Amino acid sequence: MGFITDLINYLCRPAILFTLSCVAFYLGLFPYREKLAKKSSLYTILVSMAVFILISMLNPTFRDVVTKPDNVPIVLMLFLLTFFCWLPLNKAVKNDKLIEEGKDVENKQEAKELVFTWPDLIFSEFICAIVVWSVLLIWAITIRAPLEEPANPVETPNPSKAPWYFLGLQEMLVYYDPWLAGVVFPTLIIVGLIVLPYIDVNPKGNGYYCFKDRKFAITTYLFGFLILWVVLIVLGTFLRGPNWNFYGPYEVWDLHKLEVLRNVNLSEYIFRFGGLNGGKLPDFWLFRELVGIILVIGYMFAGPVILGKTVMKSFLEKMGKPRFYIMVVILLLMASLPIKMILRWTINLKYIVAIPEYFFNI
Amino acid sequence: MAKPTIFETIKESQAWKSIFRHGAPSANARNRVLVVLMNVFLHLHPIRMKKSGVRMSFTWCMGGITFFLFLVETITGVLLMFYYRPTAEYAYYDIIALREHVPIGIMREIHRWGAHSMVISVWLHMFRVFLTGSYKPPREFNWGIGVVLLVLTLLLSFTGYLLPWDQLAIWAITVGSNMARATPFAGNEGPGAALLNSLLGFEAINAGSDARFALLAGRLVGEATLLRFYVLHCIFIPLVASVLMAVHFWRVRKDGGISGPL
Ligand code: HEM
Repeated sequence: MGFITDLINYLCRPAILFTLSCVAFYLGLFPYREKLAKKSSLYTILVSMAVFILISMLNPTFRDVVTKPDNVPIVLMLFLLTFFCWLPLNKAVKNDKLIEEGKDVENKQEAKELVFTWPDLIFSEFICAIVVWSVLLIWAITIRAPLEEPANPVETPNPSKAPWYFLGLQEMLVYYDPWLAGVVFPTLIIVGLIVLPYIDVNPKGNGYYCFKDRKFAITTYLFGFLILWVVLIVLGTFLRGPNWNFYGPYEVWDLHKLEVLRNVNLSEYIFRFGGLNGGKLPDFWLFRELVGIILVIGYMFAGPVILGKTVMKSFLEKMGKPRFYIMVVILLLMASLPIKMILRWTINLKYIVAIPEYFFNI
Repeated sequence: MAKPTIFETIKESQAWKSIFRHGAPSANARNRVLVVLMNVFLHLHPIRMKKSGVRMSFTWCMGGITFFLFLVETITGVLLMFYYRPTAEYAYYDIIALREHVPIGIMREIHRWGAHSMVISVWLHMFRVFLTGSYKPPREFNWGIGVVLLVLTLLLSFTGYLLPWDQLAIWAITVGSNMARATPFAGNEGPGAALLNSLLGFEAINAGSDARFALLAGRLVGEATLLRFYVLHCIFIPLVASVLMAVHFWRVRKDGGISGPL
């Protein structure tokens, strides 16, 4: 038993959990898509999730965290999300086959048929409303809304967490400074979503579930939503304790857990360990951070051009320049999060560019 | 002639007929049209629609559920407002009273769980709209309206989080709003603020004038923040969201109804 809990605690470490999620994401979406789209897969996953949670409830730490009233919705969401990832996948696999055979997609015929809103739609809506209302009532009767001690501005709880739907952003603070994680990235998500319809020029896949017709768009969106948003929320909610340290799902939240921080800036790598400038950091920030600045500028400006000339050449041709460059910049910014994560996990990199004098750290 | 049943009597009455100008919708196609056309709420819908768009397995009814939850939040929210006073002195104790002394003391629970559910349902709605490619022409603009609605939903939830005025509330809002301090140019710990100050020649951006200060109405989460969030939560954001929802629904219809294969 101890061995299993230790193993699960270990597998939940941010680097491992994130990597495993990415592997699962790839396997589920590519090689095993058709297997995953089967009903039996859905049942297996749902039952495994339920069994995992139920058995884990025996562990007091796990129980405390998962049954915190404000964390219950996340558990609910994970089940809903499992179902609502499976359903479109199932339909996409069917439609992909139909398209390959040169047939109409599943709902093509029905799109030509007209029905009366009353009763066809109104009744379904009514039933939905009743179901949602019943769930809400039962939930409200069984679980009290949380109310802690009265507000006290001098007593900071540890950990202090934002509301659960922002915990992905708070988790991002481990890797990026607030001006990026809290301001630039959220703005970018919003802007990116709004411009999405104008950059995605692929006319296929409008009005039906599919995968093969829009592989790139779907993979990117799913990665952003499931991995960079949902997995980070789960991590931030269930696996982060006092001082935002990592705690395994069965690990007691010990206030005194010490995590040795030995994160190092790129400039320190270059000057301290590389021995440049006699092992001393230059005083002037521009010299100190020059390499980092060049790397970042290169990534943001040369990156799109290079991608457009090489692997993404066909995209550039299809989309035209303005659309292509907007898309690639957004894509590169999105990719910068996992890149920074990996750099942190592998070489303990803290900042690529560190100019604390101007609050400008990347 | 047989004696009319009580239902028939009601349906023949002047009062009933003044409310429902048409006969039972089950009777014939004309009445089915009329029931949707004559009812201000139902006429958000078209009279007829594509069969593919009615399918629950296509839309998951998620937009509808989101709207339903918004209505639930509005109604329970008004009930909460009857008892809740947004001041540091009363807020916390009014919340306790809502549980202990107010009849049917689960209004706050319904409101809170409804809010969480709405966040989830709006994500799922967006997820399905994406997966069916429904943001593609001619629905690009409505997707944009949707994104703004998503942001408003999160802001509604965020501003409401402060109102119980307990430790959970103020610290969650403190953590959340600390980010604003780092806003480039507009936050006192943001990149560019020092540059701006030196260009202007005076300290335009400091802890008492930056983006976070504007958000919180102070340097800390305090009573002024409570009032500010209360007004945003109860009046401003719901109002804007309602208007945008009206636009959103209107556009769903004007863009050709629920999307389907062309
Ligand atoms: C408060 C939030 C929202 C409400 C109440 C709402 C409501 C609805 C409703 C009732 C529909 C009809 C079809 C359906 O139920 O799926 C709809 C369709 C649509 N929604 Fe939303 N929505 C909201 C947020 C969003 C968001 C966040 C997005 C995307 C970013 C979005 C984009 C769309 C689009 C593009 C359609 C047309 C879908 C189609 O034609 O298939 N909406 N919305």
